[in-house]
Amino acid sequence: MSAILDAIPYARFLGVALERTPTGIECVLPFRHEIVGNARLPAVHGGVLGAFLELTALLRLIDENGTERIPKPINFSADYLRSAGPTTTRARAEIFKLGRRIATVHVVAWQDEAARPVAAGNGKFLL
Amino acid sequence: MAESRRYALQGFFGPGRDEMVSHTPHAAYLGMRVIEIGAGFAICKLPYREEIIGDPQRRVVFGGAITTLLDHASGIAVACALEELIPVATIDLRIDYLRAATPGLDLFGRSECYRVTRNVAFARAIAWDRDPADPFASAMGAFMLGANRSGVPFSRDGEGGGAPA
Repeated sequence: MSAILDAIPYARFLGVALERTPTGIECVLPFRHEIVGNARLPAVHGGVLGAFLELTALLRLIDENGTERIPKPINFSADYLRSAGPTTTRARAEIFKLGRRIATVHVVAWQDEAARPVAAGNGKFLL
Repeated sequence: MAESRRYALQGFFGPGRDEMVSHTPHAAYLGMRVIEIGAGFAICKLPYREEIIGDPQRRVVFGGAITTLLDHASGIAVACALEELIPVATIDLRIDYLRAATPGLDLFGRSECYRVTRNVAFARAIAWDRDPADPFASAMGAFMLGANRSGVPFSRDGEGGGAPA
C-alpha cells in the first residue's frame, strides 16, 4: 500500500503516510507551512483537507479491492466541521456499500481527538 | 431599473493580482493564480505540474487538486459577493467529476456566488481545461459568513489574512 502512495505524485506532495492499525488503515497528513490556507489562524486549506479525505477513501478501496483497477471518483462531498489547526491530521474511511460497479465510502478526519472530527466526507467511486 | 449594489471588494474587481494568493501559502505553493474577479464571481487558474498528478500512468490530475481549485475560487467568489468584508469559512463542498482533466493542460475554475443570506452564502463552480463549455468538474458549496475573525481573504489595505480555510 505504501508503494501506491509513493506512486501518486499528489500524495507525495501532501506528504501523506499510511498506518495500519488493528482496526484498519489510517492516513496521516503531517502539518507543514505549504498546506496552510489561512495564514493568520493558521489553518489547513479546505481544499487540502478535501483532497486528503478523498485520498483516504481511495486508498481504503484499493486496500479492499487490490490494484488491478484503480477506482475513479464520480463525486465527493466534504463537510467542514472545525478549523484544522497547525498539527497532524488523521483520517479513516469506511466502505458503506461495495456494489458491482459503484462503491460508497465515508471518511472522517480528526486532529487531537478522534471524537472531535475536523472534516468528514462521502465519496462515490466507479469500480 | 438596474439594481445597483455595492461590494466591499469592488476596488479589486478586474484582473487578478499577485497579493490575492500571497496570503494563502498553499495556493501560492501550487502556483495558483486569480485570473479575474467581479461581482459575486472569481476565476482561478491551477497550472498543470507534476505535484498535482493522481494517476501516474495516465498522468491525470488528482481529484483532490480540483477540490482545492474550486474551493479556493468559491471562497473568493463569496467574498466578492459581500457588501461588507467579513470572514468566510467553507461549510461543505461537493464536487462532481464529469470527465478526466486532459493531461498537460492548465486547469481553470470559475465560481459564482448566487445567493447571500445573513449567515450563509451559496456558490456553484465549474472547472475546465480547454473550453468552459466542456467542463471536467462541477461543484456546489455552502459558506458560513462571519465564521471567525481571521478568515478574510484579502483586505483593502493589502494586508489581509489567508483565504478561507
